[in-house]
Amino acid sequence: MTDTPDATVVTPPTTVPNPGSGAAESGTSSAQGTGVIETENMDVFYGDFKAVADVTMKFAFNEISALIGPSGCGKSTVLRALNRMNDLIPSARVDGEVRYHGANIYDPSVDPVEIRRRIGMVFQKPNPFPKSIYDNIAWGAKINGFKGSKSDMRDLVQGALEQAALWDEVKDKLTESGLSLSGGQQQRLCIARAIATQPDVILMDEPCSALDPIATLRIEELMLELKENYSIIIVTHNMQQAARVSGKTAFFNVELDTTGQRTGYLVEFSPTDELFTSPRMKATEDYITGRFG
Amino acid sequence: MSTERGVHDADMARQLARKPRRFERLIVGSLFIAGAISIAITIGILWELGSESLLFFLDDDVTLGKFFFSTEWSPQAGSFGIWPLILGTMLITVIALLVAIPVGLSAAIYLSEYASPRVRNFLKPVLEILVGIPTVVFGFFALTFMTPLLRSIFGSQVGFFNVLSAGIVVGLLIVPLVSSLAEDAMAAVPDSLRQASYGLGASRLETSLRVVVPAALSGIAAGVVVAMSRAVGETMVVTLASGASPRNFSLADDSLFGYILSPFEGAQTMTGYIAITASGDISYDTIDYNSIFAIGLTLFVITLGLNSLSRRIVKRFRQEYE
Amino acid sequence: MTTQTPQKSPLDYFPTEDEYQRLLDKRTRRGTAVRITFLLMLAVAVVGLGILLYTIIDDSFGIVAVVNENEPEDILAAYGYDPTVTVLSDLNKEQLVEVLAGSISSGVGRRLEREQRFFADRLVFESQAKWDEVCASDEPPSGCGGGVRSKADVVALVEERVIAPDIIDASRLTASIFNPQRFKDKVEADFLTNPDRYEDYTFDQVRFQWRAWFSWKFITSPASDKPEIAGVRTAVLGSIWLVAITVLFAVPVGVGAAIYLEEFAKPTRINDFIQTNINNLAGVPSIIYGMLGLAVLVRVLEPITSGSLFGDGAPNGRTILSAGLTLGLLTLPVVIISSQEAIRAVPNSLRQAGMGLGATKWQTVRSQVLPVAIPGILTGTILAVARAIGETAPLILVGAAGFITVSPSGPFSQFTALPIQIFQWTSLPQEEWRHLAAAASLVLLVLLLSLNAVAVLLRNRYSRRLT
Ligand SMILES: Nc1ncnc2c1ncn2[C@@H]1O[C@H](COP(=O)(O)OP(=O)(O)OP(=O)(O)O)[C@@H](O)[C@H]1O
Ligand SMILES: [Mg+2]
Repeated sequence: MTDTPDATVVTPPTTVPNPGSGAAESGTSSAQGTGVIETENMDVFYGDFKAVADVTMKFAFNEISALIGPSGCGKSTVLRALNRMNDLIPSARVDGEVRYHGANIYDPSVDPVEIRRRIGMVFQKPNPFPKSIYDNIAWGAKINGFKGSKSDMRDLVQGALEQAALWDEVKDKLTESGLSLSGGQQQRLCIARAIATQPDVILMDEPCSALDPIATLRIEELMLELKENYSIIIVTHNMQQAARVSGKTAFFNVELDTTGQRTGYLVEFSPTDELFTSPRMKATEDYITGRFG
Repeated sequence: MSTERGVHDADMARQLARKPRRFERLIVGSLFIAGAISIAITIGILWELGSESLLFFLDDDVTLGKFFFSTEWSPQAGSFGIWPLILGTMLITVIALLVAIPVGLSAAIYLSEYASPRVRNFLKPVLEILVGIPTVVFGFFALTFMTPLLRSIFGSQVGFFNVLSAGIVVGLLIVPLVSSLAEDAMAAVPDSLRQASYGLGASRLETSLRVVVPAALSGIAAGVVVAMSRAVGETMVVTLASGASPRNFSLADDSLFGYILSPFEGAQTMTGYIAITASGDISYDTIDYNSIFAIGLTLFVITLGLNSLSRRIVKRFRQEYE
Repeated sequence: MTTQTPQKSPLDYFPTEDEYQRLLDKRTRRGTAVRITFLLMLAVAVVGLGILLYTIIDDSFGIVAVVNENEPEDILAAYGYDPTVTVLSDLNKEQLVEVLAGSISSGVGRRLEREQRFFADRLVFESQAKWDEVCASDEPPSGCGGGVRSKADVVALVEERVIAPDIIDASRLTASIFNPQRFKDKVEADFLTNPDRYEDYTFDQVRFQWRAWFSWKFITSPASDKPEIAGVRTAVLGSIWLVAITVLFAVPVGVGAAIYLEEFAKPTRINDFIQTNINNLAGVPSIIYGMLGLAVLVRVLEPITSGSLFGDGAPNGRTILSAGLTLGLLTLPVVIISSQEAIRAVPNSLRQAGMGLGATKWQTVRSQVLPVAIPGILTGTILAVARAIGETAPLILVGAAGFITVSPSGPFSQFTALPIQIFQWTSLPQEEWRHLAAAASLVLLVLLLSLNAVAVLLRNRYSRRLT
């Protein structure tokens, strides 16, 4: 299982100041059972509407964790709660605790900007900036206080594009608009953009839903490579994908409560092979075997 | 290097702590001030209209009662009854709406329900150009084209300054407003409603007149009210084309209606009075100076009322489709 | 419902096929009729616009009836030239200046010379000592700056000052083309019926000639009380100053407010109030803004707006600064609302992308949202500013000067503006001023239409880029 203390230390491509991930041993803490992100009794509301209730999970270091479940069960909501992207939705509110490296990110003293530079995000629809490919990647580093020279920046951009397996395809057109790329390339550009800011964790919300099978495959390979250096949490509707890439999978479900609200909840969070071969809960089994309402 | 991965530490809490971000706060602060300037403008308007009007009403020649109930406006003679000016404004507004509602609505219905893209692409810019023409040019047009035209049609009973010419031209001026607001309202009618109507065998006309227009009615009404407020506040056309003498009348007069409703004679409006009075060398703290603010306050209240009425209509309209 | 005939099927209540066809025909015919009515109504708007433009152009060109104070032949003869072989422009510059000097007062001559000298090497109207003194003063006139009048310039001066044409009547473009004789007859009849008005002249002295009221000379000449030479330079410069101040005030404040309301404002009471307030302000008639300008900017803030706080300034607050700020206040709500729309049109995914990378809100707005919104903001702003250029009523209130020939020199100058000039010329009864008003309207419309065209071009390029 992925909880093994693999201590492959990653050196960032250049002399980038590294806000989140640091050279360190993850062994000690993993042994104590601490995850990179932990939630405890987390509820998320949109106004008065409770979208997800009572989520308690622990995401491990350097592992791909998958969130699956029927549409509307609150997967995206949970994911956004993990790096405070929900702050952008005025009505959204989070109860309970979300801890990152042990610190509660909803503590009033915490700066959401600091959270997001450590916990990057890739969205369902590719959303490159309407700027050149180069600037798409360089901007994130710049606003995060990149101190290197121009050539350092070029190295950083190249490194990120290489990691995202996009370099060979775009190396001759770095000045062209990011929007000129194909959908799959755009999504890899967004991933490159996210890793160029040297995050610690990457959240991905259905990153392949807009892509064809070949592009999907490339992104999956990419995730498997990235997991050496990053902790990844991915939302997917594709159970094969979850089975192929993730170490642990969480199944969410949604139920009508007594007041008629559709509130999502966590059914189980198990190692992926277990969840797909011998699910602990009946609902999980129904869902993965396609017998789901 | 800072964090040790997975260290359950107070150090992480410290790293995540809020940064002062002074520059950002300064920016947001200035942006807020930019937004708040609009409040200062409103306060400025209310203060200036209010205080000068107060001075006006404190004058010995003027009483509130006379202002609101007298039917004579002749500052030289010391009589300040606002009705003649309101009457002039109303006459012109009504004529303007008589022109603008049929033309503007037809344009809107035609553009949104019938017109081919080619016709649309021709007509939309025409309406946009109309919006861009300054009102003083419309005033010139009223005086040099519309008035002579009316005189050649109706003869010399049409005065050199007359309400009809001003009203028609103000109507032309607000046509684009009526049509664009009405078009917006009709565009907001869900297509499913049109399809349902066509599906029942209704023709295009029946669909647009019996389904789309009624469904968009409140939006259209709101547009008409906004256009009305625009006509009430219009200044240059009425100043140039409708003359500088208020239509004083007396309620006891037999020929009351013939006189006050005659479209062929001039009539000063509220805006016309303000513009004419201010264009001479007006000295501060005279009764004339103060009187324009009292008129301005009345004008402000009327247009504000019309605009809020229209917004209330629109709000109700939105609820219907939710 | 009574059902005495239960054997009837619902179909029986509908028309037969024949009846239905007739009904359908009737419906179609009615549809066509109404559609034609709609089209006719629309035509009213289109034709109205057409006639308006036609009226303006029609008045901007045409034949005028002119009488000269001095006939060119007489002038030439008086200076010993042979009018049968020589015309004015055959003379050289020295000779022309001599003719000019012979007919104008030395005061006028000195003024002309101070504007621009006639010769580089000598002075005509001014003594050298006085000239040096004037040029050494704090504000030397433009003539000290060097440069001499061209011959064409002197010819124009002779025509204006010596020949001194007086336009006694003018006709419109179409009438001039299709029926010039009627205009001539009218002028002749006028001579017969109104001998008093023309006591110095006879009808034989009247010359009929084409005149373009709208011309480059019209744009570059200062205002004048003689319609023959009056131009709109002062007004155009005034309008340019006003626009500059309006833009400097309304654009930063308006765009800033729009950014605040769209990106930073939480739905608190104060922010809701600001938004409602802006919507209300957008509906306030422009003349009320004029009264605000008069009472607050011109009067209360006089020390600032007259410039007296910063040294010597205008005698009162009726300055370009007051008027420009008044137009700025008036334009502000429109700029805010249209900028808000442009900012709202930026897809949310860009904001999420920016914030997701750990950018602060302002960094995201500045680097990602604004660049995308700027074409839209520009379009809305240009349209709003174009509207401000045409505003007249507020300028009347803040006291645009009625008649002013000196070009504005700074924010504390007295001023006039194009729409004001049009208003005043339109209110004058004589025919000539009507033509000047038309020509000035044409200048204003050309200015505004080109601004609008820029806005439309921007919008088209922008919408193409988004798709
Ligand atoms: N911005 C929002 N405002 C209000 N309610 C929202 C908002 N976003 C999501 N919701 C609600 O929260 C619930 C969970 O939505 P969420 O998008 O998290 O589901 P999901 O599991 O990601 O679904 P999908 O698989 O379709 O993406 C839904 O009932 C949805 O209507
Ligand atoms: Mg989702």
